[in-house]
Amino acid sequence: MEIRPILSALMRSKVSMILIGLQVALTLAIVCNALFIIGQRLERMDRPSGMNESDTFWFGSNGFGQGYDANAVQLSDLALLRQMPGIAAATSTNSVPMSNGGWSTGINLQPKQKTSTAQTTLYIVDAQGLDAYGVKLVAGRNFKPEEIKTVKFGDRLQPAAIIVTKALADKLYPDGDALGKQVYMDEEPPTSTIIGIVERTQVPWVDAEFIDYSTFVPAYMPYGNSTRYLVRAEAGRRDEVMKEVEQKMSQSNTSRIIGKMRTIASVRSDAYAGDRAMAIILGTVIVALLAITALGIVGMASFWVAQRTRQIGTRRALGATRFDILRYFQTENFIITTLGLLVGGVLAYALSLWLMQNYQSPRLPWYYVPIGFVCLWVLGQLAVLGPALRASHVPPAVATRNV
Amino acid sequence: MFGYYLQLGLRSLRRNPVLTTLMVVGIGLGIAASMTTLTVLHLMGSDPIPWKSDKLHYVQIDNWDVNNPFSDDGRPPDQVTYRDAVALMEAGKADKQTAMFKLALPIQPENPEVKPFQALGRVTYADFFAMFEPPFAYGGGWDRKQDAEHARVVVLTRESNEKLFGGQNSVGKTLRMNGVDYSIVGVLADWKLRSKYYDLTNGAFSDADEFFMPFTTAIDLKQRASGNNNCFKSPGDGWDAYLESDCIWIQMWVQLDSPARLAEYHAFLDNYVAEQKKLGRFPRPLNNRLLDVNQWMRDQRVVSRDVQVQTGLAFAFLIVCLVNTIGLLLAKFTRKAGEVGLRRALGASRNDVFKQFLIESGVVGMTGGLLGLLLTGLGLLAVRALYAEYKNVAHLDWSMISITIVLAIASALLAGLYPTWRACRVQPAAQLKV
Repeated sequence: MEIRPILSALMRSKVSMILIGLQVALTLAIVCNALFIIGQRLERMDRPSGMNESDTFWFGSNGFGQGYDANAVQLSDLALLRQMPGIAAATSTNSVPMSNGGWSTGINLQPKQKTSTAQTTLYIVDAQGLDAYGVKLVAGRNFKPEEIKTVKFGDRLQPAAIIVTKALADKLYPDGDALGKQVYMDEEPPTSTIIGIVERTQVPWVDAEFIDYSTFVPAYMPYGNSTRYLVRAEAGRRDEVMKEVEQKMSQSNTSRIIGKMRTIASVRSDAYAGDRAMAIILGTVIVALLAITALGIVGMASFWVAQRTRQIGTRRALGATRFDILRYFQTENFIITTLGLLVGGVLAYALSLWLMQNYQSPRLPWYYVPIGFVCLWVLGQLAVLGPALRASHVPPAVATRNV
Repeated sequence: MFGYYLQLGLRSLRRNPVLTTLMVVGIGLGIAASMTTLTVLHLMGSDPIPWKSDKLHYVQIDNWDVNNPFSDDGRPPDQVTYRDAVALMEAGKADKQTAMFKLALPIQPENPEVKPFQALGRVTYADFFAMFEPPFAYGGGWDRKQDAEHARVVVLTRESNEKLFGGQNSVGKTLRMNGVDYSIVGVLADWKLRSKYYDLTNGAFSDADEFFMPFTTAIDLKQRASGNNNCFKSPGDGWDAYLESDCIWIQMWVQLDSPARLAEYHAFLDNYVAEQKKLGRFPRPLNNRLLDVNQWMRDQRVVSRDVQVQTGLAFAFLIVCLVNTIGLLLAKFTRKAGEVGLRRALGASRNDVFKQFLIESGVVGMTGGLLGLLLTGLGLLAVRALYAEYKNVAHLDWSMISITIVLAIASALLAGLYPTWRACRVQPAAQLKV
């Protein structure tokens, strides 16, 4: 297949070629980077929190009036919850993963350390805590009921026993012997002993660097007159149980407000709403961009076919087959697309570099641009197919006509 | 001739519907994407109180841990302690000043039909209302005397007044919150804030406050704030120890009516910190800041990175759409070579042909712009659906609408420049041959 006639024909309509090439180049650069960002966001949203998310829900209780005994209410609420049918486990707590609010503090190996060994979050639960969160114990044991202290709000927690996540245990004791060790939750003694290690639990803040470092603390400590409860329903019964719990809890005590019944699934959905929105917006732009570029190719190719009807007719009259004409246009498109893609590849890496510097995003992985090449080649060839087929149907008799 | 060219332009658009659709849709999509993201970007970052945003300053002092800076990039803490807030308020060195924090209280309505509910309110000093100028429907705020008296007063927002009293004038009525009665002294009118710029530490787009009450009164309740609380060491046991501690949980704003006053207040703050250092507090080097509203919003990144990336992407998309339009206009005008030749042969100058085709490009731009406007409306609807907290930010106002149309016509004209120039260069003689 002679390329030179194609090239010389292209050189005569340089501007149109540049326009298509430029569209292809910009499309490649934008689509590659946008796809990469989408991939990153989807990865972020996929991270497991470590807790049971399908059967769990949590809610708050806010008491009012003088003489409201938040500690007593907490204990009677838990007793009520635990005898309700359909509930597998229930605990009082201060926070759950992905909820964007909670208690964070440092853990130290020595007293009066200047900088904490690790940052962590505290989940203040009782003996059914691990069960309600649905996290798996991989070493040591759970809290015993007698270990759950009642703490007056505003006092220091100072738990004698704590359970940490494996990630935190490894951070504190890289040799893997965290069980039984004593750590400082405060500047001074007493220490807390690590009595158990769970597989994984995220902290409430999805952007935290210390996202996998969580600590479970055995205590009953309402936040003033407020407390929160986490309930794990039996499999498949979450929604009906949630309704019943709201009703029962509101009725059982009229000096308090039961609010914000939220499933953990909706907590996750809210936490990642921004990432999801970004992925949707980028996805829409990618589709629109590809559509515009494809339509541009169709438009330009149709125009060229109309311009060159005489030449095509002449070629056919001189013996070219339909397939030769088709191949001519496909090859022409391939050349333009390739030139555009080469420029686009450079633009893609330039854009990636700019994003890295200004938005601290990671580098574009090498395979995005080659895959982009292939996709845009295919898109271009498909787009030009219609006009090219029309060109191939130009009858040779056109060459002999005078007008 | 302008009207004639306009007619010609419209007629030519109708003659080739496919090409026209491609061009109009191309411009429309590009404009819609750019204007949707630009609207969000513009409104999110826009000055919430332009007539005095340079007079309101957020107080930052560095009482933090000597061993660990509050922030890796050297910025001072984003809130202040109770003892510092009270000390600064009592010194009274600013033209107006207020410390504030977020507090949750159960509201027990008198009306038995409304169930008790947990409300999130703002605890402030009297100057808050003069500083941030929320509009009042009934009554007003409280005054400094009531601050000093720990008066049990409250200001309701329009929404909470609607819920509790059906929207009527409730000034003078009592409101029971957590077993204590408060007198309602004011009800706000609709306060359409784009972002809660006065409390960026707890989320620029979080839920609106439902009531306001005096700082001094709230402290008497001995109830911890519902916002962010940050301590670098354990505060010790009990409420009094907490108030004395170096935990930061209070936001502090001052109003300084001139650059001279700003300089004076800076000097006062530096002096205050020096005095505290003598008492053994504030171990870190001096690091006070008094950013104004816009500076603080930028510092706290109210306009998120995501929004910036989306806007950049949308404009890149617009450029691709424009390149597309150049190609299509080129195709369209080249096909009209015969018509151009005829006009030129009949005496039209190159200039006339240029004007004709430029106006035709403008017509395409105008049509594309109208489509773009429609799509922008849809786009903003989608943004409000995707980002629930942007409901006050994703709206078209008149300035944005005019920018949309102008942008559409300008881009179409720009795109049409080269094709129009090419069309003018047609030699009449070559076209008239048969």
